[in-house]
Amino acid sequence: MRTADLFGFGLKALGGARLRTALMLLAMTIGVAAVVMLTALGEGARRYVVESFSDLGTHLLIVLPGRSETTGAAPPIMGETPRDLTLDDALALARGRDVEFVAPLMIGSAPASNGGRQRDLTVIGSTWELLPVRHLRLRQGGFLPKGDADRASPVVVLGEKTLKELFGNQSPLGAWIRLGDRRFRVIGVLEPLGQSVGTDFSDIAIIPVASAQALFNTSSLFRILVQAKGREAIPKAREFILDTIRARHEGEDDVTVIAQDALLSTFDGILRALTYTVGAIAAVSLAVAGILIMNVMLVAVSQRTQEIGLLKALGATQPQVLGLFLAESALLSILGAISGVLVAQGVIWGVARAYPAFPIAAPLWAPIAAVAVAITSGLLFGWLPARRASRLDPVLALAGG
Amino acid sequence: MIRLEAIDRSFQVGGEWVHALRQVSLEIPAGDYVAIMGPSGSGKSTLLNMIGLLDRPDRGRYLLGGIDTAGLSEEGRADLRRDKIGFVFQSFHLIPRLTAAENVELPLVLAGIDPHERKARVADLLRQLNLSDRARHRPDQLSGGQRQRVAIARALAMRPAVLLADEPTGNLDLTSGREVVETLEGMNEKGISLLVVTHDPAIGGRARRRIRMVDGLAEEGA
Repeated sequence: MRTADLFGFGLKALGGARLRTALMLLAMTIGVAAVVMLTALGEGARRYVVESFSDLGTHLLIVLPGRSETTGAAPPIMGETPRDLTLDDALALARGRDVEFVAPLMIGSAPASNGGRQRDLTVIGSTWELLPVRHLRLRQGGFLPKGDADRASPVVVLGEKTLKELFGNQSPLGAWIRLGDRRFRVIGVLEPLGQSVGTDFSDIAIIPVASAQALFNTSSLFRILVQAKGREAIPKAREFILDTIRARHEGEDDVTVIAQDALLSTFDGILRALTYTVGAIAAVSLAVAGILIMNVMLVAVSQRTQEIGLLKALGATQPQVLGLFLAESALLSILGAISGVLVAQGVIWGVARAYPAFPIAAPLWAPIAAVAVAITSGLLFGWLPARRASRLDPVLALAGG
Repeated sequence: MIRLEAIDRSFQVGGEWVHALRQVSLEIPAGDYVAIMGPSGSGKSTLLNMIGLLDRPDRGRYLLGGIDTAGLSEEGRADLRRDKIGFVFQSFHLIPRLTAAENVELPLVLAGIDPHERKARVADLLRQLNLSDRARHRPDQLSGGQRQRVAIARALAMRPAVLLADEPTGNLDLTSGREVVETLEGMNEKGISLLVVTHDPAIGGRARRRIRMVDGLAEEGA
């Protein structure tokens, strides 16, 4: 018997029992759609987190003053710091071969005013390197000047929210504002970033690190951001940082280095596992759909007993009868799986349109796995009814028993 | 052509053993026209199923076209049945969701014959049986006589050597019944052996040869 005829016969048989066929297709559709949609949600969550972290810079190492014994736990921001990180430490790190950029970071708070408008601002002291390291973009003007980090130029770059509060709708470029007891000239405005893990860059003012040292009257850095030259360079860069700081701090390991990458891959792993789990739970519904197929096919076999007897009288062999009924189950699961994938894609498309910020998307393996599981369960559960059909005694079957 | 040697067959029905065939020996040469008659429960249908390879004897030998069927596997019996035997049933046994043409085509589909060849053969058969204008009708749109003629076309599709008809007129009115019998006889005239199970003496009387079944025993009748 030809394969095309096998499936043609199955299609006509399915068409002969429309309601039953529709219900079974519905069950399969729900099962497959559940797998694809839930894994798409999981994958969306994973991408959301990964993208948020990528805003921070992917090859980023963060150097904190103070030693933390446990790795991966929250850094001891308020811990005892045996020795401060200084600007000179940062400049020394910039000489590493695996280091692309080094951005020293100071953070403090200062009252800011522009004419009558006044408010307290978070002030960050850094260098030009902060721009590439934190993937910042400018809306207007320029960033801190490149070059000598020791020069305390009286310039400031404002975040978007700060700008509104201090200037309203006025143009800020070239204007002077007061931070603490000093005057700074506004040279640029940051492009508002999406919600990013870490500092909110819309509510700040950025000044050169040397100016910040003078403003806050301290030489100690809050932290140093180091961007390695690539993913592979991260371990070497880390080594270099620890060696350099130890050499500069009289042999003491008194800093903590956190690799952004390690944190990211941990989250990535957790969310991936979560996606698999959710997918596997949804796959249970495919097994349920398979059992439904078995049930309905058993009913079909007993309703079509005479037809099976006839097929045998016409010379159908046992394997042929088995094949005919298996083809029906296979068709049900294949058609159900296809419609399930289409339904899921439709829902995903709808969600993506309704919530553009959430990067929902089914991972490529999800529809493939769902369809494979659907077809397997259809064939597996279709086997029993098909075997029962193939083993019917033709004489009894023709008599309708 | 068909040769039965001391065939025995019994079943258990409701706790009792029914001896459906007792020591039945029979020879039917190719092209013969035989009526198998007798009261119900006498073993007529069992004999027909035996000849049609749907049933296996408990004892005895059955040779079809010189082949000893005892040595055949289930698959071998199915193939032989498909190639040599055409069945016509009292209740037609047409598949309700298929058209007349598709029902006739079914044995050819099972045999894996090329679709072009199938279409040609089906069209030819429907023409022979005056059903060309009913090809696209489903069984529920056909009269009883037309249904049985579709079933006969299906039985002829694989160009069998033997036609086995079990009460072919049992569900038909007199006129359609005669039409069906004449159709079957027409096929017999083309050289196909025809075995008809019937309890209608009018139909039995038309056959060249009559076999009377009584309580599992077969006797040659006049």
